Amino acid sequence: MDTQRQYEVVFIVDPTADDEVSRLTDSFKQVITDQGGTVTKAETMGKRQLAYEILHKKEGTFVLLEIEGSGREIAELERRMRVNDRILRYLTVRVDEDRRRAQKLKDRRARKAAKRPSSGASSRRGGGMEFAEAGSGGE
Amino acid sequence: MSTNYEDRPRGGGYDNDDDQDRRSMGRGGGRRIHRRRVCRFCIDKTDLIDFKDVKLLQNYLPERGKILPRRISGTCATHQRMLAEAIKRARNIALLPYTTD
Repeated sequence: MDTQRQYEVVFIVDPTADDEVSRLTDSFKQVITDQGGTVTKAETMGKRQLAYEILHKKEGTFVLLEIEGSGREIAELERRMRVNDRILRYLTVRVDEDRRRAQKLKDRRARKAAKRPSSGASSRRGGGMEFAEAGSGGE
Repeated sequence: MSTNYEDRPRGGGYDNDDDQDRRSMGRGGGRRIHRRRVCRFCIDKTDLIDFKDVKLLQNYLPERGKILPRRISGTCATHQRMLAEAIKRARNIALLPYTTD
């Protein structure tokens, strides 16, 4: 069985095609569901300035999709976006591994805090460094 | 061109504002400012740095658009790696510049 993965896809829509944003987003969502994935979140981040020009455009509408699936729907989605000249740029990031790792660290911290509720000794590690620097910078 | 990060007026978040212990070295040509450098992300207990968080990332991008080295920001190795990754992603999607002119 395929493992379920989580992805974040951000794409930039041509600012002159503002009225098409929701239509495009819907069609991409359709592609995902057709391929067996699920869209967990779809959010328009709004029109904003690009940090550099893309195809002589200085701004664009950013849309964020969060997708769960095997990865095959991503391939199809990216192909569609590549072909569509309304899409200035897209970026897909796989997030499940990083999120799992973050969750693990958070859990570990919670466990540690439960064990030693009295002090935050682990967060004071900077204190030692301060000493070392003070020594080297003495007058 | 070399940017002297130490002398630049600091406005960004990489400056640990709360640290008061600046001291100058009496010897040598230049006066070096020493300050306690602590990783901001460790203090905030950040586990993930999101590439969409432009406001945060911009603090680590001086005017040339280069990634601020950790010897200046004091970011720990783990978080600097996450930060660099996030900045590069943000650049790809035109949220941040690769370079400023």
